[in-house]
Amino acid sequence: MTGHAPTSAESADAADGAAIPAPVPVLSDADVARVIDRIAHQIIENTAKSGFDIALLGIPTRGVPLAQRLAARIALFADTTVPVGSLDITLYRDDLRLRGVRPLGDTVEPEGGITGRTVVLVDDVLFSGRTIRAALDALKDLGRPRAVQLAVLVDRGHRELPIRADYVGKNLPTATAQNVRVRLTEIDGVDCVELEAAE
Amino acid sequence: MKNLLSAADLDRDEATAILDTAARMHAIQGREVKKLPPLRGRTIVNLFFEDSTRTRSSFEIAGKWLSADVINVSAKGSSVSKGESLRDTALTVAAMGVDALVVRHNASGAVQRIAGWVGCRVVNAGDGTHEHPTQALLDAYTLRNRLGDLEGRHVVIVGDITHSRVARSNVILLNTLGARVTLVAPPTLMPSGVASWTCETSWDLDATLSGKEFGDVDAVMMLRVQRERMSGGYFATEREYAINYGLSPQRLDLLAEHAPVLHPGPMNRGLEISSVAADSARSVVLDQVQAGVAVRMAVLYRLLAGAAEEEVLSV
Amino acid sequence: MSILLAGAKPLGGKAVDILIEDGTIAGVGKMSASATPDETIDCTGLILLPGFVDLHTHLREPGREDAETVASGSAAAALGGYTAVHAMANTNPVADTAEIVEQVARLGERAGLVDVRPVGAVSKGLAGQELAEIGTMARSAAAVRIFSDDGRCVHDSRLMRRAFEYVKAFGGVIAQHAQDPRLADSTACCHEGEVSGRLGLPGWPGVAEESIVARDVMLAEHTGSRLHVCHVSTAGTVEVIRWAKARGIDVTSEVTPHHLLLTCDLLDSYDPVFKVNPPLRSDSDVQALREALADGTIDAVATDHAPHAPHDKDHAFADAAFGMLGLQTALGVVAESMVGTGLLDWAGVADRMSVRPAAIGGLSTHGRPIEAGEPANLTLVDANGSYTVDADALASKSRNTPFAGRTLPAGVVATFLRGRATVRDGKLVDGIPA
Repeated sequence: MTGHAPTSAESADAADGAAIPAPVPVLSDADVARVIDRIAHQIIENTAKSGFDIALLGIPTRGVPLAQRLAARIALFADTTVPVGSLDITLYRDDLRLRGVRPLGDTVEPEGGITGRTVVLVDDVLFSGRTIRAALDALKDLGRPRAVQLAVLVDRGHRELPIRADYVGKNLPTATAQNVRVRLTEIDGVDCVELEAAE
Repeated sequence: MKNLLSAADLDRDEATAILDTAARMHAIQGREVKKLPPLRGRTIVNLFFEDSTRTRSSFEIAGKWLSADVINVSAKGSSVSKGESLRDTALTVAAMGVDALVVRHNASGAVQRIAGWVGCRVVNAGDGTHEHPTQALLDAYTLRNRLGDLEGRHVVIVGDITHSRVARSNVILLNTLGARVTLVAPPTLMPSGVASWTCETSWDLDATLSGKEFGDVDAVMMLRVQRERMSGGYFATEREYAINYGLSPQRLDLLAEHAPVLHPGPMNRGLEISSVAADSARSVVLDQVQAGVAVRMAVLYRLLAGAAEEEVLSV
Repeated sequence: MSILLAGAKPLGGKAVDILIEDGTIAGVGKMSASATPDETIDCTGLILLPGFVDLHTHLREPGREDAETVASGSAAAALGGYTAVHAMANTNPVADTAEIVEQVARLGERAGLVDVRPVGAVSKGLAGQELAEIGTMARSAAAVRIFSDDGRCVHDSRLMRRAFEYVKAFGGVIAQHAQDPRLADSTACCHEGEVSGRLGLPGWPGVAEESIVARDVMLAEHTGSRLHVCHVSTAGTVEVIRWAKARGIDVTSEVTPHHLLLTCDLLDSYDPVFKVNPPLRSDSDVQALREALADGTIDAVATDHAPHAPHDKDHAFADAAFGMLGLQTALGVVAESMVGTGLLDWAGVADRMSVRPAAIGGLSTHGRPIEAGEPANLTLVDANGSYTVDADALASKSRNTPFAGRTLPAGVVATFLRGRATVRDGKLVDGIPA
């Protein structure tokens, strides 16, 4: 879960004239690559016993390229193809009525489906846990996985539901008013993770 | 978007957003579990003053697959004859605590009037000979799937244009999406003032389909001709109509490879469309029906899933 | 009972004093100092016109007393500056016998606010098949002179011919609602053209009116009879009437205030308050009607006041009842469309709203010159104010006015029926009678 992309104007002064502090870098592009590699190895370790009968499901928007990269690294390290798909959770959100209508993302089932397999949900940031809870509801309408695990690039704390990640790229303590900005090359042209002050 | 009363209510971005949402809804319909949760707890009433099994069922399935509670109220038989005003009928139904009314009426403008009286959302499922916006959306969706982007595409609509709400909504929406339209009908079935519409018109189906009169044709939409129109003296006989304005096998061959044949249904085989054309590989009639559910799901989702503009809480 | 109207301007001319005594105009111009009227009304700046005469009004009684009664309609008329109205025959039961027309006349007398002149039907039950008892209605206490199937067209040529011929014996006139039912049937509700095509409303082409008027003027000529054309609505009809008059055919005609001001693009809202028969038409039709009224091709303004209960209008456009209120707003609309545009002066307004309609209806005591010895059927008009139409304050039992909320440039200050004030300061003197 991330905030909106700031314009360059917003990095300058706030309306009241006080300067907004520049975002704090958390992960550089090299860090992101390393973290993804580590998670890939962890997934391999955990699922080798079951013969890698897993599928990765990225949660749009940025969970999708992350899932694809993970699948690529797993293929490289373990010489095995892991099916990848995407799971749009918009229709399962518990806060639909609080905002205007949202556009839908794509749900693409991984090859071979998800029933009977271990599904690893992939997202960029874990925050309140509501997105993942919606993902679990959405999964239920897609099939019956043998088990569900969660891989996230950043865990920023402040859970509102009893949800935890199995694979975490970076644990990042944050204040609720802060914004965790994840950028990925496939979408933003660059890889990095930054922490922004409250607006 | 509060109501969907006319195709003119949608600008290009909104129309495209509905089609994109419909595509995703459509994809979900391929799954085993077709039910989705976003409209859980919402109540939709199909208030139909005019018979229509297909449109009503389409809206009913659309609402139910989004987990809404859908109720059908048949108000057939003119409220005038029952002595109850249209206003009273509409307000009585809406007073039951309804979130949205899907209304079909045999009089043009009736749905617009109802929208002015009730506080809930209103979707026009067809008002008289005026508009049928969800039909235009599903036609555009079907065309988009077959042809890709509709910008610059040439769509020919043939039939009783005067009495067709499908034609009116399609002319508006196709123009919004960048396509251009040619209407073909005998002079007795062309509406007055059609010269001021954003489309071409022709009395010659052969010249139009061959591309001679208005350029290459990318799609043909055949409209249903009501046999009752014969008693109004609009054309001499069914044979006369079929020979001059029907989609015969010969006329089908005039079309380019890629051009699909659409029909809003139900079809009068042998009158406006030959069986050869109706059953040909070009016919996308069943696609249109499937599209209808997806498009109506998208419309209901966009109307009801989020907060009303007035309700949006600052987050 | 004598009243002095001090400083009024008859027909918009120079200000003078007018003395009314025992129902008659006793004197116009400077009075001798010895004249002591019972009451003096300061009429500075006000225009004095002969009381208006409406050739075409629907009072709905008998049959639809929920929408209007002769009493409430009379009140609306008096407030509109009228001293006489002709009540159309499409009541329930239809006014096609002496008994019904006498009843309507009696109700008018009892209300006592305007002279109610019943119109008799041309055909029995307005069915357009057989002649109604025209002679008996003419001889009745109601002394009917105008006969009309208004609401319906006398479509059958032979019946129209018979009516033209028969009515000559009784000094009457046939008033035709021109609408060929084969070209514009009962579902037709919107001027046929760009608006009807776009809105999907059944079209009512101008030719459905023009072709009947053309036929009727020829029949009037052939039978040597009189024709009056109700609610002219198209430029084409104006041309036919112009041609007929030039040819010496005895034809008169009327136009409604709403057809002088409103056009069919108002129907975009599908609001049935704008649904009327004949329908609102185009700008060019409105222009032609105004010019025709100005040059006298059209003889009179007639309101076609058509009250409807809300539940008869709260329907889809095509299902709603046809008709608009008109009595209380007629003067203001004529002032805006004709006087304000310089097409007609106040003398012209007097002619079109009083003198000629009285002549067409054969009324000898209305539409008279403002001179000593004439009956005091008068109305005092303020042409300098602005009058906002408050639908809820109208005297009619119904509310279907297309002018609700609109500000009009003139209003009626007082109306006198045979020297007795029915309206003072823009209000009814006695309230609506029972």
